[in-house]
Amino acid sequence: MSEKKFSIICFSGDFDKAVAAFTLAAGAAAVNYEVNVFFTFWGLNILKKNAGRSLMGKGALARFFNFLMGGSKNLPLSRLNFGGISPGLMTGMMKKRNVATLEELIDSSKALGVRLIACEMAMHILGIVKEDLIDDVKEVIGVPTFLDYSKDGQVVFIS
Amino acid sequence: MHTTLDITKDHCPMTFVKVKLGLSRLASGDILEVLLKGDEPLHNVPKAAVEQGHAVLEITPGNDHILVVIQKG
Repeated sequence: MSEKKFSIICFSGDFDKAVAAFTLAAGAAAVNYEVNVFFTFWGLNILKKNAGRSLMGKGALARFFNFLMGGSKNLPLSRLNFGGISPGLMTGMMKKRNVATLEELIDSSKALGVRLIACEMAMHILGIVKEDLIDDVKEVIGVPTFLDYSKDGQVVFIS
Repeated sequence: MHTTLDITKDHCPMTFVKVKLGLSRLASGDILEVLLKGDEPLHNVPKAAVEQGHAVLEITPGNDHILVVIQKG
């Protein structure tokens, strides 16, 4: 096990904050940190297997919420979203300036062995199960397990 | 085996990501020649490589880039 440990709680499902979370995750893993990213509430949208909008989840209200929130292709910019066109514009700017896109950052994090974990309680509220999330999410956990994983390391909360 | 990796046009965190993934694809004893630019990768690419048990054999400044030669441990 690595001596250096870095854990991120990704509460946000905003595009720019997801970029920040995965920039930190990939960057830390690349310089030999053991990295955990714990996704809760809006952050779970980044991990949905279905990247677009779908009526997923258990119960009518959960399905409605999940449809409105969508998946990783529907993440809004936290400011100046302009009805959803800004994330695409921002991705274009990132490519033009040779900065990694969100997709590249997620792929890099996976390749570097970043541990992606999901919040059991938030998933229960949204009526979604592990099979609704990408296969790279190996565990659905609660607070005690997150505390075990993040013990003796640095923790940041992305809200 | 010698492999060259040019990260002069990349930015954080891909500079470090590409070097780590590049090294992971090599066999022990293989050489990775990294071309980089700027203080951040110059400071951290060799440091991260040494931490992982690799050897930094050479750091040579060029006209518009710096060459860092790493041997996989």
